Amino acid sequence: MRIPILKLHNYLLISIQIDLDDQSAIQFQEDLLSKIHKSGATGVVIDLTSVDIIDSFIAKVLGDVVTMSDLMGAKVVLTGIQPAVAMTLIDLGIHLQDVPTALDLEQGLIKLRQELEE
Amino acid sequence: MEFQSCVNINKEWDIVGARQIGRDFARKIGFGTVDQARIATAISELARNIYLYAGTGKICFETIEEIDHKGICIIAIDNGPGIAEISKVMEDGYSTSGGLGAGLPGVKRLMDDFDIVSEQEKGTEIRAVKWVR
Repeated sequence: MRIPILKLHNYLLISIQIDLDDQSAIQFQEDLLSKIHKSGATGVVIDLTSVDIIDSFIAKVLGDVVTMSDLMGAKVVLTGIQPAVAMTLIDLGIHLQDVPTALDLEQGLIKLRQELEE
Repeated sequence: MEFQSCVNINKEWDIVGARQIGRDFARKIGFGTVDQARIATAISELARNIYLYAGTGKICFETIEEIDHKGICIIAIDNGPGIAEISKVMEDGYSTSGGLGAGLPGVKRLMDDFDIVSEQEKGTEIRAVKWVR
């Protein structure tokens, strides 16, 4: 299952709306990096509003894609992490400390704009 | 113990299947949203361990009913290589597969009771219980 990646000006917007299996997560990682490369996007918002489980593997893939995008010169913000997901992540011992986050898509775009100082 | 259902873990997609069935099972027992997420996440970690380290195995769910409380027991069974040093795999950050090493210690924190029995070359059985609050 491929996750659609939308382009809006200099940004890429992704809303994950499926129950992520490992293969789809890895595929998404590759798709996003190649889309950043092709489009020259400077900012990315990954919205997780519809995601009700993030286990250690998915957390690693998401954390990695933020670092990888950063290496390529694009800032990523994760938005919409549900309360239950935030609680389970901490139980798992996963803090995602270097990962920029925001409450929702709107706040995420504001954060990107601030980080990129546009 | 009244009711049991099992999911075989043979391929990667079964990890998703197991956690969806487990979450449904937990909802029917009466767990709230946050505990459903905890239970589903624990199942995901246990199922992935089976898939990664043993290749195949199964995850079973049981309803536990006692006089004053109810709960779910998740049982993960495989006939894989077993775990040589259990104390090691229960450490945060220890992984032999390049993962975060959050799996088993994470499951222990997500659930209320946690028990692991492993014999080398025979397999591993993990039982994890969560009580409805």
